[in-house]
Amino acid sequence: MSDTGSRPRAGRGEAARGALLVGPPFLYALLLLAVPLGAIGLFSFWTQDYLTLDTTLTLKNYREAFTEPLYMQLLLRSLMISGAVTVATVLLAFPVAYYVSFHVRPERKAMWIFLITIPFWTSYLIRVFLWKVILGFNGVINTTLQGIGIIDEPLRFILYNANAVVITLAHAFAPFAILPIFVALEKIDRSLLEASRDLGETHVTTFLRVTLPLAMPGVVAAVLIVFIPTIGDYVTPRLVGGPNGLMIANMIQTQFLKLNNAPMGAALAVLAMAMVGAVSLVFLALTRRYLRGRG
Amino acid sequence: MGLRIYAVLYLIFLYAPIALLPIFAFNDGTIIAFPLRGFTTEWFRQLTEIPALHGAVLNSLIIAVSSAVIATLLGICAARAATRFVFPGKKGIMGLIMLPLVLPEIIVAVSLLVVLLQLGLPLGAWTVVLGHVLICVPFSVAILNSAFQSLDVSLEEAAIDLGETRWSSFRLITLPLVMPGIISSLLISFTISLDEFIIAFFLTGTDPTLPVYLWGQLRFPQKIPVVMALGTLLVLASVILLAVAEYVRRRGAARTGQRDTGGLM
Repeated sequence: MSDTGSRPRAGRGEAARGALLVGPPFLYALLLLAVPLGAIGLFSFWTQDYLTLDTTLTLKNYREAFTEPLYMQLLLRSLMISGAVTVATVLLAFPVAYYVSFHVRPERKAMWIFLITIPFWTSYLIRVFLWKVILGFNGVINTTLQGIGIIDEPLRFILYNANAVVITLAHAFAPFAILPIFVALEKIDRSLLEASRDLGETHVTTFLRVTLPLAMPGVVAAVLIVFIPTIGDYVTPRLVGGPNGLMIANMIQTQFLKLNNAPMGAALAVLAMAMVGAVSLVFLALTRRYLRGRG
Repeated sequence: MGLRIYAVLYLIFLYAPIALLPIFAFNDGTIIAFPLRGFTTEWFRQLTEIPALHGAVLNSLIIAVSSAVIATLLGICAARAATRFVFPGKKGIMGLIMLPLVLPEIIVAVSLLVVLLQLGLPLGAWTVVLGHVLICVPFSVAILNSAFQSLDVSLEEAAIDLGETRWSSFRLITLPLVMPGIISSLLISFTISLDEFIIAFFLTGTDPTLPVYLWGQLRFPQKIPVVMALGTLLVLASVILLAVAEYVRRRGAARTGQRDTGGLM
């Protein structure tokens, strides 16, 4: 067995060693992620009355979720907010990723990426709270604008509503959008762009016909990695959203921790995941068709 | 040129909230709004006098260190297996391990909570560790994947040919070369765990972690300046940790002769 392949190979001994090695992290994910996710699914078909759990399988929670207007309203609003956050984040992030990949000198790129990621790692709670300070009635924006005489009355539309949630989340997820797009742009063979220019395309058409399609995998990754987690955020809606900016995660949290109705919370969690999952799949199918149409 | 201005404005947007932290941490007024009232270090002094805060910090540190170590050990196994071996079901297995990266944290939190409560297990620091390991492993794997990928397999083979065992060649050759990745993974996992709120909020039981404690304080307007002071220290700590992680990662990249592609992800 001195011949350990120089490349990953499918030999039986090799496969066994690989499986053995991946065993611990796989078991961990299986027991603490896959099983609990399954449990949530099962739970959503149970019912709870105060502290007594009824394990008869029933669709009662789902029926309630679809008939109670509040739940549907929260689910739809969460989808809209997540969608708006995703569009805003990815559109704002693309030029930055493009700039760093195409216009920053190679030895300075790591520095730029580092600068972009730092705010992301710093206390999430406090960052969200600080947006309240920036957007608030006596906040930075209002006092500054009043100070230089642009407005007389503080702007009210920027705090305690969905706008504030979108701004705050677009800020929180910025690096998640920039990094995948940056990686995709870095992989583009620069000679393709030259070839396109030589063949008579302008800067703009080269971007639209060469750069953008090649960057699409990064954009798709960015969209999914922003869109899916955003639906589960409850800190931002609670702190800056006001009553009309609350999202489904706030309701899930209330069901679990305040109302003691875990099965209802589980059903809402399943529904929220099903909705983001469905939207993500439609999005993936559309981009695949777009790319095939180009190729 | 226009693009450059945009990029700089974007950075200002990214840093705006953090820049405000020290301003209000040293501001001599209990209301977090402009205009400022003068300089004080009172809020930092108060930080030293809150036992509940000290308990939360200690709790968070224990959780963060445990999560970082366990997540990195699991990350080493997964990254090594993914870069070196082919095994049945590889794609699905790696997919499951990386799944928490895109899963909303609240889903991870409530699903763990349901199982723990059903099993009748008490909540506490260790349950938070269980959750944090889950979300740290994908980051650890991502960092370590690139460390293992840049490794020349023939080095290890040469060691085995020269009479080392598989384990000793791993320890003597592979481990030192991926060490920067391991340290980087430890620091990043530590930072993630220290800052994580949603999972901790659900699974912490009666001993709050630092973010859970902070969340409680945000409800009391008069305590906000102290929170700002604490936030300033936290930001300082994570910037230092990240800078060290980045420095180690770059040195490691240089040592294995890798082109520096940048970024912690």
